[in-house]
Amino acid sequence: MSASAAVSGDRRRRVAALIRKETSQIVRDPSSLIIAVILPLTLLFLFGYGVSFDARRIEIGLVIEDPTPETGSFTSSLTSSSLFSTRTARDRRSFENDLVAGHIDGIVVLAAGFSAQAERGDRAPIQVIVDGSDPNKATLVRNYLQGIWANWLEQEAVTRGEHLSVPISVEQRVWFNPEVSSHHYLVPGSIAIILMLIGSLLTALVVAREWERGTMEALLATPVGIGELMAGKLIPYFILGMLTMALATGTALFLFGVPFRGSFAILTLMSAVFLTTALGQGLLISTVTRNQLVAAQATLISAFLPSFFLSGFVFEIAGMPLPLQIVSYAVPARYFVAVLQTLFLAGDVWSVIWPNLAGMSLIAAVYLGLTALTTKTRLD
Amino acid sequence: MFVRIWPLFVKELLANWRDKANRYVLLFAPIIQLLIFSFAATQEVKNVPLAVLDEDRTVLTRELISRFEGSPQFSQVIRLNGVTEIASVIDARIAPAVLHIGSDFSRRLSAGQPAQIQLLLDGRRSNAAQIIHGYASEIVDRLNGELVQLGRLKGPPSVVVARTWFNPNSDTLWSTVPGLFAVLITVVGMMVSGLSVARERELGSFQQLLVSPLTSTEILIGKALSALAIAMTQGIIVMLIAMYGLGIPMEGSMMLLVAAMIVFLMSVIGIGLFISSLSDTQQQAIIGVFMFLAPAILLSGYATPVANMPDWLQTVTLANPIRHFVVISKGVFLKDLPIDVIASHLWPLALIAGVTLSAAAWLFRHKIA
Amino acid sequence: MSETLVRLEGVSKRFGSAPLAVAEVTTTIVGGGITALAGPDGAGKTTLLRLMLGLLKSDAGKLTVCDLDPISHAHRLREVVAYMPQRFGLYEDLTVFENLRLYADLRGVAEQQRAETFERLLTLTGLAAFQSRLAGALSGGMKQKLGLACALVRAPRLLLLDEPSVGVDPISRRDLWRLIRVLAGEGIGIVWSTAYLDEAERCERVLLMNDGKLMYEGVPSELTKRMAGRTFHVRNAGEQRRAVLAVAAKRTGVIDAVIQGSNVRIVMAEGAATPSPEEFSKDSGVDIVAVSPRFEDAFINLLGSKSPAVSRLARASDNFRTTEPVIVAKDLTRRYGSFTAADRISFSIGKGEIFGLLGPNGAGKSTTFKMLCGLLRPTSGEARVAGLDVVAQTSAARNRLGYMAQKFSLYGDLSARQNLDFFAGVYGLTGAQRHDAVKRVTEAFGLGRYLDTNAGTIPAGYKQRLALACAIMHEPPVLFLDEPTSGVDPLTRREFWAHINALVAGGVTVMVTTHFLDEAEYCDRIALVYRGRVIATGSPDDLKSSVRTQALPDPTLEDAFIALVEADDRTVAA
Repeated sequence: MSASAAVSGDRRRRVAALIRKETSQIVRDPSSLIIAVILPLTLLFLFGYGVSFDARRIEIGLVIEDPTPETGSFTSSLTSSSLFSTRTARDRRSFENDLVAGHIDGIVVLAAGFSAQAERGDRAPIQVIVDGSDPNKATLVRNYLQGIWANWLEQEAVTRGEHLSVPISVEQRVWFNPEVSSHHYLVPGSIAIILMLIGSLLTALVVAREWERGTMEALLATPVGIGELMAGKLIPYFILGMLTMALATGTALFLFGVPFRGSFAILTLMSAVFLTTALGQGLLISTVTRNQLVAAQATLISAFLPSFFLSGFVFEIAGMPLPLQIVSYAVPARYFVAVLQTLFLAGDVWSVIWPNLAGMSLIAAVYLGLTALTTKTRLD
Repeated sequence: MFVRIWPLFVKELLANWRDKANRYVLLFAPIIQLLIFSFAATQEVKNVPLAVLDEDRTVLTRELISRFEGSPQFSQVIRLNGVTEIASVIDARIAPAVLHIGSDFSRRLSAGQPAQIQLLLDGRRSNAAQIIHGYASEIVDRLNGELVQLGRLKGPPSVVVARTWFNPNSDTLWSTVPGLFAVLITVVGMMVSGLSVARERELGSFQQLLVSPLTSTEILIGKALSALAIAMTQGIIVMLIAMYGLGIPMEGSMMLLVAAMIVFLMSVIGIGLFISSLSDTQQQAIIGVFMFLAPAILLSGYATPVANMPDWLQTVTLANPIRHFVVISKGVFLKDLPIDVIASHLWPLALIAGVTLSAAAWLFRHKIA
Repeated sequence: MSETLVRLEGVSKRFGSAPLAVAEVTTTIVGGGITALAGPDGAGKTTLLRLMLGLLKSDAGKLTVCDLDPISHAHRLREVVAYMPQRFGLYEDLTVFENLRLYADLRGVAEQQRAETFERLLTLTGLAAFQSRLAGALSGGMKQKLGLACALVRAPRLLLLDEPSVGVDPISRRDLWRLIRVLAGEGIGIVWSTAYLDEAERCERVLLMNDGKLMYEGVPSELTKRMAGRTFHVRNAGEQRRAVLAVAAKRTGVIDAVIQGSNVRIVMAEGAATPSPEEFSKDSGVDIVAVSPRFEDAFINLLGSKSPAVSRLARASDNFRTTEPVIVAKDLTRRYGSFTAADRISFSIGKGEIFGLLGPNGAGKSTTFKMLCGLLRPTSGEARVAGLDVVAQTSAARNRLGYMAQKFSLYGDLSARQNLDFFAGVYGLTGAQRHDAVKRVTEAFGLGRYLDTNAGTIPAGYKQRLALACAIMHEPPVLFLDEPTSGVDPLTRREFWAHINALVAGGVTVMVTTHFLDEAEYCDRIALVYRGRVIATGSPDDLKSSVRTQALPDPTLEDAFIALVEADDRTVAA
């Protein structure tokens, strides 16, 4: 056996020993399993059930100052919609208080003389008042009401045997998500946030723990090299992270009923690269902090919050000021969110996969490189 | 009793202030977070590219497209040359929407017939898609109005006139900042109270306190009041920045908001002290704080409305103090929420505060013994 | 004969802007014996060990270990040098065997040698029966042995041990010592860092450090010899021993004075005349006898302090008059599930007594201690302090006791003054009362110059004073001390006890737990706690004489401790 073969054999054995050690620790220490299983499931349930842009019921106060057959037919088209829950009154004042109190989402007013004006073809106004304290919902409510109104016009036209008199109408077709369910993109997006948090938290805490308990000093006093130490940490938590990913994906598909249109092979590959960035970031945090408390805080601030806010998972990157948009390019979850939404809803779209894969790989390389640079086999 | 609580109160404030890192975190973190997150937490869709496939190519379609181009919501218009390009533009996320104008568009309009244009949207972000649809409808509606006035066509017998109350310009900042305000003071209150006991336990000074004549209730009161003082100071600073720095209106009474803040913070601090007295180390405390904060913030109505959640979950959120305070905060800032509505959200907060503080006091005594 | 394993030439190391942690140390360490690296906490022992191992890089000087440069040849060095860090470097959630296997893999122990190596190490350490137990579930002494076994999986040329005996009871300490002797006999070079000077005394060579500087290197007895003729016992001081100590401390020519049972041990300055008994006491029974010097005497001498500490603590007004016992434990019992941590513990302590609670780790002494100062509720039995029931009259009882924890447990981010103000306030002192109390302790303990410095950053000796100051500001009649001087240097320890003696002279009753048997010598009475029961009570001299045999004519307190515990083991086994 040549000398170099003996050296590489030793190295392999050391890495294997570290992995075996780490695995026993994972199995015996409930906190790793809590972070890898309970935390992601809890968060996925929260995101799945708690975060949704889809209005389930819109409370509307309908004011009809002067009931006529026209207002009657408008009322019935509003009440027949399952989305709206409508209350009717003659006077707008009571509804105005309800709008302030947040009990209703909007007021529709058909003023006195509505029918007469409409009769004359005089563009009778249907007044819609929405609650701007949630502009997103206000926009949706207005859009929905506009849709109801357009349908009503069409019906009216048909009953009168006329053509619809709106010159240009917009027909909406939503690709990949015809049900227009925000769950279908929020759940895959949340997987990225969760995996980022889990991956970085796991490694950040376990490496910091070795420093705190003094075992790192004992390890460093053995012939273990930097690369071996890093591999000994990354490999077991990579496997654990991939299991978490599988668990989260399964939950998304079977519990939340999100479709999956891409291929699992690509999902696995992309998850692997993303997980590497997360583990790399955790490793970097713990090498710098060497303290579990600081590591946990640093992880929440540098991994969780940016992933939540700047990944485009709930919030619109394009709507942010330019500096934040630029920062978002350094957030690995930004790339993975795009990939996950595409793989789940659209399929293997290579024009989405390649650039995002490149972005994630670059960040992973930077983190691991920095970790290798900052990890020393010394204490100072 | 007060004689003994006062030194404890002063000590807590000093301990938070004299730790340099802690001082900077307390001073600047909420302000920086306010500035970053209020701009980041936007659901506003703007500056998005729009792809257009114009198969008609007439004066009228050019006019229509130029309206889209001129709209502040769309950053640029990408012109497509054929139906085959539509899929690639949407698939690759080059544009979230494609406007497809058929070749008979102008012909139908000149014949006095209604014409349809198709808006193809990327459902991978269905919320943005619907908002873009809203923008498009508005642009088209305005054009419709003009066409009718020009007498080219007969208009619809009625029109929708929409007004947005409380936030006439639909400024997202107006809605995110009051919500964020609630979240930020929660985080400060939780961090200060959640770590306080655990930190003393870890450093060993807690035993020193326990052998002193201070009773566990006195320790609890001292810690709760100091956390309240810190979080209130933070809250008032954040509130003033929101009003004078970010221009958020204060429609209701500021004093009322401050009063509600006290009740709210007591409920948060109660939870924080409860977590803290459960934990032996700061490490456990911070995990406990996170395990509370993550769900509590997500289920507060801060990011997405509570009304969109399943009914059972809406019931669960009644126990979430942040949910109540988000309503109060938004209400006072933007709407001058009437006092009876505020009261209906205050008593649950007072109840939560009462339950958690007594639980923490109970735990204090029992962990000691 | 013995090869030179470590060569240091002017090695220095500094952390940040602090003073040098290791200051220009030049020495050599040879194989085939135990070299003690002795000195108080913060002397630079750990830093020096880490430098030798290449875990830290020196700022100046030349350093070779086994003819290798620790930084550039770190890898090769770590194959021939074994190291046991302070907390043993064990994985608590791995079993004994898994820990051993891990280090065998990391150190590249060949497969065919393993079975034999493991068996030898497990037998040597007595861990063979516990192979599948989690390291976290081992006792302190067993952990330490396992840590040693892990360091030794591949026979090293040099073994570095960083304070292996800290926090370990006397019995485990003795076992460890035997084990290391065996290894030294096999020709391994051993460096043993320790703050216990009695341990250093037993080594072949000693490197004595203080404030980063090497104070002495060589054979311990050489240094001890210099003290010949200068060490005495003031015998039969008995009841007056604390008064004798106070006198001795003030007398010129006395450089050290400590209490040992009913005797006071004094060390004279070089050339000073032999003192006469009359100088210390009018009592005719008091006698002065020359005794053989100890290494610690030499160390104190080396540090060159003029005279032992004199407490400036003014005699507090004794406002607590009683003839009743001040601390009473009556059938104190604490159970955790089926485990009884303290089993019907009873004793009573009179006013002005120093009472020591001793025992191996986990024997129940801290459980007992905590029940008495109200930190732990007893399952049954009664605890009374200064006439008050600790459980029923908690707050009132606590007002009458002062407490000082083992670990520095004041607020490190608050200044010394703020700490004093806080504790004064908590004990109900307000306004002028508080002002006076703070002023009194500041003067007594000489805290003036550090009043506005953060408590966490003041020197260790002053931290110790500040902690005691905070504990006694409200002039409690009872003082609880939990391992008060573990890890502090001998001078600080003497000063601390001078203050305690002054308090006791003023009528304060003291209860103390300790691992440090020198400290136990200061006690009037000791209770030895083992397996949750008090197995012996009596004065230090009583305990010593109870184990005196022909083979052991002059037992130390440590001998007594071990013998009593072993005797109890035999009764339980029988």
